Amino acid sequence: MIKVLLFAGMQERAGKSEIQLDEPHLLVSEIKRKLENEYDFPQMFTGCLAAVNEEFAEDDTEIRSGDVVAFIPPVSGG
Amino acid sequence: MKLFEITEDPISVQEVIDKVIHPDAGAVNTFVGTVREMTKGKRTTYLKYEAYIPMAEKQLRKIGEEIAVEWPDAKCAITHRIGELGISEIAVVIAVSTPHRADSFEACRYAIERIKEIVPIWKKEHWEDGSKWVGDQLENTSYPQGRPESEGDTQ
Repeated sequence: MIKVLLFAGMQERAGKSEIQLDEPHLLVSEIKRKLENEYDFPQMFTGCLAAVNEEFAEDDTEIRSGDVVAFIPPVSGG
Repeated sequence: MKLFEITEDPISVQEVIDKVIHPDAGAVNTFVGTVREMTKGKRTTYLKYEAYIPMAEKQLRKIGEEIAVEWPDAKCAITHRIGELGISEIAVVIAVSTPHRADSFEACRYAIERIKEIVPIWKKEHWEDGSKWVGDQLENTSYPQGRPESEGDTQ
């Protein structure tokens, strides 16, 4: 089980903050494609970064069951 | 005592300052970020902040580590509030103590700029007639390097 976290505008658009994926392993890019198809939202990840287990990751980072993937839209704290 | 913290409660500036006060400090510089009413001619009624809390606190600690490298004698504490904040409420407090004043100004400025780059916190502006997540999400702002600048150097 891979846990995917969504925040801010992405969370509102998807209508949920957390998604569970049953695959044993996926690349960050594969998760993006999967969610874009599922939510029919082609620009979903534009400008967005991925974090795996709370560290920034790349599109080709491999995700395994038990990992937590968060998609980080452009930040606006402060 | 937690030096780097995300909280849902109002922030006491003095409590953040107290975390960095120590006998070798000759200066404490604070930055207090507050909710602004007018932005580009639009009147904000309130802001809503959201964070990926564990990672946000981790990234705040990372800013503290970066400051420790650049200004070894500095001591830094940062508290950022999330949830709904009204006009003039405090969203973030940074306190940096150093032996001499110049370093405290520089390190404090560095901290707020880094918060705006690498800490997963988002704000949504609410107006009388609508709302919008700040950061041009899903529009045209992106990280040119594919990740926040300098982030890769600190891994």
